[in-house]
Amino acid sequence: MKKRIGSALLGGLLMGAMALTMAACSSTPASTESGGTDSAGGATAAVVGTVTASGSSALLPLAEDAAEYFKQDNPDVSITLNAGGSGTGLRQVADGAVDIGNSDIAAEERLEADEAAQLVDHRVCVVTMAPIVNASLYEQGVTNLTKQQLQDIFTGVITNWSEVGGPDQNIVLITRPSTSGTRALFQEYALDGKEEITSSLETDDSGTLLQSVADNEGAIGYVALSYLVNNTSVAPVAVDGVEPTLENTYNGTYPVWGYEHMYTKGEPTGAVKAYLDFIQSEEYGARMEELGYGVTSKMTVSRE
Amino acid sequence: MEKKHLFWKEHFWRILITACGLFMILLTLGIGAFLAYKGLGTFTTYGHSVWEFFFSSDWDPADNTEGGGTVGAAVYLVGSLSTCFLGLLLALPFSLAAAIFLSEIAPPWSEKFFRPAVELFVGIPSIIYGWMGLTILVPVIRDLFGLDHGFSVLAAGIVLAVMIFPTITTVAADALRAVPKDYRRAAYGLGATRWQVIWQVVLPAARPGVFTGIILGLCRAFGEAMAVAMVIGRARQFPDSILSPTTSLTTAIASDMGGAMDGGEYSTALWTMALVLFGLSLLFILLIHLVSRKGGKSHGRA
Repeated sequence: MKKRIGSALLGGLLMGAMALTMAACSSTPASTESGGTDSAGGATAAVVGTVTASGSSALLPLAEDAAEYFKQDNPDVSITLNAGGSGTGLRQVADGAVDIGNSDIAAEERLEADEAAQLVDHRVCVVTMAPIVNASLYEQGVTNLTKQQLQDIFTGVITNWSEVGGPDQNIVLITRPSTSGTRALFQEYALDGKEEITSSLETDDSGTLLQSVADNEGAIGYVALSYLVNNTSVAPVAVDGVEPTLENTYNGTYPVWGYEHMYTKGEPTGAVKAYLDFIQSEEYGARMEELGYGVTSKMTVSRE
Repeated sequence: MEKKHLFWKEHFWRILITACGLFMILLTLGIGAFLAYKGLGTFTTYGHSVWEFFFSSDWDPADNTEGGGTVGAAVYLVGSLSTCFLGLLLALPFSLAAAIFLSEIAPPWSEKFFRPAVELFVGIPSIIYGWMGLTILVPVIRDLFGLDHGFSVLAAGIVLAVMIFPTITTVAADALRAVPKDYRRAAYGLGATRWQVIWQVVLPAARPGVFTGIILGLCRAFGEAMAVAMVIGRARQFPDSILSPTTSLTTAIASDMGGAMDGGEYSTALWTMALVLFGLSLLFILLIHLVSRKGGKSHGRA
């Protein structure tokens, strides 16, 4: 059914384009027709094909949103997106099981060197990780932590909020599994590589972490900014006086961020290329920021 | 014509059913072999000792194929065992009482009502138990004991107890009901009270069946990942009381398998955990057979 509607649309567009070109032949002023044929040409160039992707759960909401927008212009492309974790995504794209492998982590860190060399990296966006605390804790004065304090908290040296200017309340650490890309990023840039204490509470995904921090008064955790859009039960904490925002990430003052990668095996073609180009387009960039992801091209600093 | 008909009747269905049976056996063996193939890599490819895996709590496998990390899974094992046995301890009195009630005390007409009610429990998806545990149990435990958070062995034990209660109850009730009426009549004839009949005649006679129920319940508890993961807190530490958080084998597999690199030391160690779980359920099944065979013998003598 869907397919039939799609081909009917395509047929309609083709006929429209033909009508326009015929009109162009008959009329003389060049400027108006060239505009007409251009837009028609853009529509008929709608790509056809399939895109499959799997991997990072942090990147999935963005990939889904982009797919939805992309399909409005390209109704004949079928896009299948799966989570499963960065490791799975990289493995599957290297094996050719999916077209795109989503990952928080550079391929070189998870795959054999010869496998990683076959993959092409597309840094589709930037994620900023923010330490978050329970909203009531924020109101009671925990609004800023130095890097040293963050490290002491996550390594279990500091165990009570009163030691960092908060209320007399035990600190409850809420964290992510050691294979999580979010954790890897936070550990590298916020904790300067220090290992988190093992007695912290682990949660499967950022959504659950958010819930746990909201439910426990003394809780601290960390999530990507995209999870904080429209959330009032938890509050992001400044690191060394710098608020975790997209602006501060762009200008390089806020340190805890990383690229989100979409890997393809070899240079992408057809529908896959169109989809990747769309995500990285300026047109979609505004929407991306609305969702809490950073646009790679706006970064004034870079890594690697 | 007649002969052909007989062929269908005699051979075709027999072959089909034999094939299905063999397929099941092959499938089980296949799963076991696959788990062994994947899981034994921790000891063969990455050269860790079995001792380290079972008795060390130093868990830091490298997430790459070079290895060199540590794979001490003792915390996960202790977490699984402690939550399961706590769950069993909590569920057992209730299950036995409910089974006795169902088979001995409840009037026959009420069976139509009680049995489906208990069986309904078995069908409830575990995620629902987990979610309810997370929203009701965890905050209650936190407030009741004045803790920082309610994620604990106790919460996991209670959730598991609720989950395995119906399994034990239905199997045990069936076993009790299968005890011949003559036993009861004979005991009553000797002047025994109802309590004496239940405790000294019916329960001992049904013992193998009751044990089967207990072990099946324990199997379910060991295999449960989702519900436990949601309330156990997943802190990689030995629980120092039933109020402290810990983690478990199934939880670790569920949360880490996606991010771990396939074939790397980390994911191989997770496969080893899966192999251990498979081995444990195999052990439990063997126990069931042992128990029911023994029970059968004493039954014969009696």
